[in-house]
Amino acid sequence: MIGISGIAGGIVQPCIAGLLSDPVSVTHYLVVGAILFVSGVACMAMKRNALGVLMGIELVLNGANVNFVAFASPWLQGEGARSLGLDGQVIALFVILLAAAEAAVALAITLNFYNNHATVDIDRADDLKG
Amino acid sequence: MDHSTIPTLLGLAWLTPLASFVAILFFGPKMGHHGKNAAWVATAAIVTSLLLSLVAAGQWFAAHPVVAVDHGGHGEHAVAPSSGTLFAAETAGHADAHDDAGHGGDHGHAAHGSASALAGDWYTLYEGGDLRLSIGWYVDALTVLMFVVVAFIATCIHIYASGYMHDELHAVTDHEVTLRSGEHLHRPGRFPRFFQALSLFCFSMFGIVIAGNLAMVFIFWELVGICSWFLIGFYSERQSASTAANKAFIVNRVGDFGMLIGLMALWGALGTLSFADTTATAADGTAVERPGLFSLVRPAASGHALQVPDGMVKFAAADDVARITAANAGGPDAAAAAVAHEIDGWRSKGVGRWLLFIAGLGIFCGCVGKSAQVPLFVWLPDAMEGPTPVSALVHSATMVAAGVYLVGRFYPVLTPDVLLVIAYIGGITLFIAATIALVANDIKRVLAYSTVSQLGYMMLALGVGGWVAGLFHLVTHAFFKSLLFLCSGSVIHACHTNDMRKMGGLAKTMPWTAGTMLVGCLAIVGAGIPFVIGLSGYYSKDAILAQTLSFSRANPAHSILFLAVAGGAFLTSFYMFRLWFMTFAGEPRDHHVAEHVHESPPVMVWPLVALAVLAVVAGWTLPGGFGLANLLEQARPAGTEATSTGGFVFGSLVYPAEYESHVGAIHATATMTAFTTALAGVLLAALMYLWKIVSPALVAGMFKPIYAFLANRWYVDELYHAIFVTPALGIASLAAGFDRTVIDRLIDGVAWSARQLAGIDAWIDRNLVDGLVNATATCTWNAGLWLKQLQTGRLRQYVMFIVVGTVALFVLASLVFRTSLAG
Repeated sequence: MIGISGIAGGIVQPCIAGLLSDPVSVTHYLVVGAILFVSGVACMAMKRNALGVLMGIELVLNGANVNFVAFASPWLQGEGARSLGLDGQVIALFVILLAAAEAAVALAITLNFYNNHATVDIDRADDLKG
Repeated sequence: MDHSTIPTLLGLAWLTPLASFVAILFFGPKMGHHGKNAAWVATAAIVTSLLLSLVAAGQWFAAHPVVAVDHGGHGEHAVAPSSGTLFAAETAGHADAHDDAGHGGDHGHAAHGSASALAGDWYTLYEGGDLRLSIGWYVDALTVLMFVVVAFIATCIHIYASGYMHDELHAVTDHEVTLRSGEHLHRPGRFPRFFQALSLFCFSMFGIVIAGNLAMVFIFWELVGICSWFLIGFYSERQSASTAANKAFIVNRVGDFGMLIGLMALWGALGTLSFADTTATAADGTAVERPGLFSLVRPAASGHALQVPDGMVKFAAADDVARITAANAGGPDAAAAAVAHEIDGWRSKGVGRWLLFIAGLGIFCGCVGKSAQVPLFVWLPDAMEGPTPVSALVHSATMVAAGVYLVGRFYPVLTPDVLLVIAYIGGITLFIAATIALVANDIKRVLAYSTVSQLGYMMLALGVGGWVAGLFHLVTHAFFKSLLFLCSGSVIHACHTNDMRKMGGLAKTMPWTAGTMLVGCLAIVGAGIPFVIGLSGYYSKDAILAQTLSFSRANPAHSILFLAVAGGAFLTSFYMFRLWFMTFAGEPRDHHVAEHVHESPPVMVWPLVALAVLAVVAGWTLPGGFGLANLLEQARPAGTEATSTGGFVFGSLVYPAEYESHVGAIHATATMTAFTTALAGVLLAALMYLWKIVSPALVAGMFKPIYAFLANRWYVDELYHAIFVTPALGIASLAAGFDRTVIDRLIDGVAWSARQLAGIDAWIDRNLVDGLVNATATCTWNAGLWLKQLQTGRLRQYVMFIVVGTVALFVLASLVFRTSLAG
């Protein structure tokens, strides 16, 4: 398994080459999930618009979901491999559910914030600062 | 012949006033308007007592007819005192009361002269070891007589007081008490309280009279003391009254201390305080005869002759007894027998006689206090601060006579030496008090000193062997002195002053009072037609004079006693008629006083008349022998009929038999002495105060030092003040100074140290403990302030913190767990 130890070893070039040439495996999904995750975090950290931040959050969650599904997939892992069964899918569904609820709450907060401040700039949301 | 009901009757007569006391105590203020009916309750109780006493007396006379004593018969006693006399002090226990009493009665009747006494116990207060305290009775002719006298006088005084005290029915303004605000004291009336105390007093007095043992006497002795305190201090807001009450109480305590010593001496050596023999039930159920004081000191076996009892001999010879007991190997019984063998020898050497002397002297000490004898007489004149009915009942007729009564009751135990002390104390008292009475101007104080003087007469009579004479005078004096006091009360009631110098000429406006008081004065001076007839005082005073003369003849060394008696008789008649002339004769001296004078209401006059009648007739002996003297003769202690000799402290003394003083020559001399001295006194008083031939002021000026000495009451109060009161106050102020300067300082110092210590504690608390706590708080606060800076309020920064933190943690974890992760 190439993976984390490979990255930690600092051999990035052969890894990317390997990824582009190897058949699709869990590692590819992990790469996609990581890109999604980092994009989400970057989005959260950089967007001033509250809705943008929310979108970043969705990206982070979905990045995680991809990982769950990939690890749980018997097709990707191979029959008899260290399967997680359907646990990953179930947790992914659960995360989607939570994300929906969270989005509802977050949108409600945002809307209220807009009502009070006539803006959705999160840099202005420092009323609770100690 | 059955007279076993007499103790029961007298017991009921004794308890009735107690019931009245309890009733008034709890329901007094509710008895009618302002407690008006309390007087009726108390009077009804005392009338009941009087009736019961009279019934008891009737039964007694039926059992023991009072007959003239055959003096001739006594001649034998001088030779053989045991012949024919019987002193049967019977013990009426619980079951056998009837039989014993009947038995005693038979013998009493058979004996001539002495009648038997009834004795027994109602209730045992405490029994343990030798000590047995009980409420019992000792009833003889003297007890019965005293019951009748006390109940009669108390009845008169209750009735009189219900009139005299009527001011107390309303709110009272006491003009003798000025409050700090300058106003006179206003207080509610205390009518019920007066009768409550009077009832308690009657109960206590009856208790002394009926008491069957010395412990019971002592209990009621103290009870009359406290009643006297209540009644003297009745106007308790008056400084003089409360001081007088305390003075009376404290002076009596001094006497009672001596009495306690006497009681201890008797009980310690003899193990009994009972007058008569008692029957105790032993543990195994057999009846054990325990001899009483009288039969211990005068055992029937030796013809009732006075001897030091075995117990006292053994007590005094305790060392020898211990030696014999230790040396005797034959066991305790043999040792006791050996000791008993020695007792007569010791007794003949005089062992133990000091103990008997001390015991008698101790008991007499109590009597000195109660009967106001020198040196404890100072309280009685001050006691006149009480309402006049109290002075009449408590401080002249009954309570102060209790001392004389106790000497009479205890007479068999008194040795000749004690009797001589009693005689001298009585003689000194009668003289000092009479001289003070000569110059007193307060009508009640004259009577008070007269009372002291007459009590001295009684003591002297008892002390020279005149047992009947002394107690006879006690009874007659009770009648005429209560009469005189009630008359003076009537005068005070009318004049609103005690000062005789403001009175005068009252005979016109107050005829009844003046007449009855004249009867009282004549009775006290012993007026009468010599050898024919006289008022009550004539007989009793004659008896005293005769006995004293008889004693003086037998003991020439002590003939000064007769001089005291004769001189006292002269002084008595002078001051009594000085009082009467100043009050009732001549013209009014103070018209302001005279304007309001009126005769007292009938409720106050009738008791005067009743007492006046008795003051006249009390001394008479009816044909057939019924009379006070013969009645008392019944109760004469066994062994005192005959001439006796004795004495070891003051040399040998001869006590002539009392009947000898009735014999021609002595009696005639005594009667003539009494008559001439009394007449001289009356004439002198008349010269000075009625006919005004001699000016009292001139006489006073001629004998100025003596007058001042007498007017200041021999400076006795000043002397006592200097000797006792001033040192006591000095010691008190010393103690107070010590308390303030030393003890208070010490306590203040302890408090100061504690305060300093507390200061140090407080500093530690404030600086160290609080500092630690505050430092903790400050650290937390500062940490909070510092950490607050992280809270920037910028959400995007937070996200960056999270990302950087996560990555940092990830890097950290991968560095730490490199090997495991790599695996």
